[in-house]
Amino acid sequence: MAADPARIQEGAPAGGALRALSRFTWRRPRLKTLGQISAPVAAFVFVYVAALAALLIQGFWTTDSFTGKVIHSWNLDNFRAIADAPYPTIILRTVAMATAVTLTCLVLAFPYAYFMVRIAGPRLRVILLVATVLPLWVSYLVRVYSWRLILNPDGALNWALNLVGLPDLNIAYTNWAMWIVFTYIWFPFMVLPVYAALERVPQSYLEASADLGAHGPTTLRRVILPLAVPGLAAGSIFTFSLTLGDYIAPSLVGGPGSSLIGTVVFENLGLANNAPFAAAFATVPLAIMAVYLVIMKRLGAFESL
Amino acid sequence: MKRIRFVHVALAAVVAALAVPAAGVSKGSAVPSSVGKGEGKLTMVVWEGYAEKQWVAPFEKASGCKVSAKYAGSSNDMFNLMTSGGGGQYDVVSASGDASLRLIYAGAVAEVNVKLIPAYKDFYKAFQSPPHNTVDGKHYGISIQFGPNVLMYNTKSFKKKPTSWSAIYSPANKGKITIPDNPIQIADAALYLSKTKPALGIKDPYELTKAQLAAVVTLLKAQRPLIKKYWGLASDQIDLFKNGGSTIGASWPYQVNTLAADKVPVAALIPKEGATGWADSYMLSTEAQHPNCAYKWMQYITQPKPQAQQAIYFGETPVNKKACKVMDSLSKGSCAQYSANKPEAYYRSIKFWKTPVADCGNGQKNCMDLRAWTTAWTQVKG
Repeated sequence: MAADPARIQEGAPAGGALRALSRFTWRRPRLKTLGQISAPVAAFVFVYVAALAALLIQGFWTTDSFTGKVIHSWNLDNFRAIADAPYPTIILRTVAMATAVTLTCLVLAFPYAYFMVRIAGPRLRVILLVATVLPLWVSYLVRVYSWRLILNPDGALNWALNLVGLPDLNIAYTNWAMWIVFTYIWFPFMVLPVYAALERVPQSYLEASADLGAHGPTTLRRVILPLAVPGLAAGSIFTFSLTLGDYIAPSLVGGPGSSLIGTVVFENLGLANNAPFAAAFATVPLAIMAVYLVIMKRLGAFESL
Repeated sequence: MKRIRFVHVALAAVVAALAVPAAGVSKGSAVPSSVGKGEGKLTMVVWEGYAEKQWVAPFEKASGCKVSAKYAGSSNDMFNLMTSGGGGQYDVVSASGDASLRLIYAGAVAEVNVKLIPAYKDFYKAFQSPPHNTVDGKHYGISIQFGPNVLMYNTKSFKKKPTSWSAIYSPANKGKITIPDNPIQIADAALYLSKTKPALGIKDPYELTKAQLAAVVTLLKAQRPLIKKYWGLASDQIDLFKNGGSTIGASWPYQVNTLAADKVPVAALIPKEGATGWADSYMLSTEAQHPNCAYKWMQYITQPKPQAQQAIYFGETPVNKKACKVMDSLSKGSCAQYSANKPEAYYRSIKFWKTPVADCGNGQKNCMDLRAWTTAWTQVKG
């Protein structure tokens, strides 16, 4: 099927096989593109797709509950079991938590990022940016544990509340604690994309908006917010998906009734040795993320990416 | 067309790759009648704190077996390390009762000859042939250390000493209770029900029928609103007793001693219903590459001195009666502190962890297995 190599060789100056290949692909641009991207595509297929496929396949198997050996008989039992109590509650709780964390991060990150871009001077901006990413340099576990110290009944929170004459707040080891900790931990992942998006809004647009008689709030609503949507969307994908998969924060700061999807996956892998069910259950966040991305697309979040 | 074919090939490759480790073959090994010369090396899977230098170094020197230990994070980790890749990677494992039966039935561990362990005769009777490492009279493990799951309480909050597990099911203690986050905790509740609701007919807390498990789950679900936290790590519970508002809970002697050392007013006891507990055994892999060193290790670690050292270091109780004296010589009062000098009946009163299995000896194979327990535990926690 290849062009007659003899003919190519004929009139060609010296250069050998490489030269021949170059000429060959020049005439077939599609093949050329394919050849150029084949290495990254192969890496993607083998690392991501194959791993996901292996996961999905496992979900159709079962294990011998005693010896823990995987039995390669194909069935849908694991996927059916997802509908059994208490899993629907856990899935709903996880989605609610992810939504709450994402909304909180949005509400906090937008003014913060706006302040950094439009109001803060260059030096303050650098300080704020560093302060935002600084927690990421510290181990995740240390940050979660530090919140335990803050939220404990004898912790910094109640100490501060008592200082201003307010009564104690006992939210340690509850879903409230989880909400606060998640919001804190994923906050930088929301701030940075929003910051990047706002930075790209040209000053001239705001001036034009003002020239045309729009007040601050109108400019914010009709000019800045729409242009910031890609950043908000990117940030929300981070915060939403990170919350969806976490199992450490629920086990450390959650209380009774704080199991999330990640907890169930971890317990089935780590305690029950039931990898097939864990695999089947891990498809739940995949499905949720797919739905989430479709909604984001509908909202037009990717149009200006 | 081409692409589809490629996907097929990739899937087949993935399937094949997944299938290979599961297809390991195990070769049988006869029980040795004597211990030969050491192979110069010993590989172990142990709990963190079980292979400390202070007792490993003398062993290495005396036996010539260089020890390399891998720490496991959970019983399930241990099980997987001992069964994956054919199992020849590690010689011995310090398996707890909730993994030991699984290892035996999976064929991962071999029968051991207790006659080759001189200290064996000094073990408390309860640990010579315990049901979690001895099946049909065959020994698959050598007991090493154990500990009870005790009821711990803050002595300032409880002027009157609680004497029953009912304290952790009582609404009076709402928001102050901490219990372990582990499916095996179901056995604690089952033990309590076996005494308070004899009509259920629970004989062994690890052998529950569907109806019995349902009754236990009902009790545990009613307990959930009272719980401050299901603790995952011992340090979690220590935190909660120090400044987290917890005043009563199911605990281990380790937490009690640590808290007492930090001047937190706590005490612990085994309530009148009895208690569950963990017991660890050294088990020999069927594929052990260094069986002689493994036997030498089991001979060594059951002697009074290393038994006492490990007990004090880890906060648990040795199975060798003679370790008590050494414990007191190493740290005054530690023998009594860890209950290493109790009458035989004390050790018999503890219901040691064992893997819940369907075929639980009642001839009907209708018991709930570990998977059912895990699912039930997920339901309990909500």
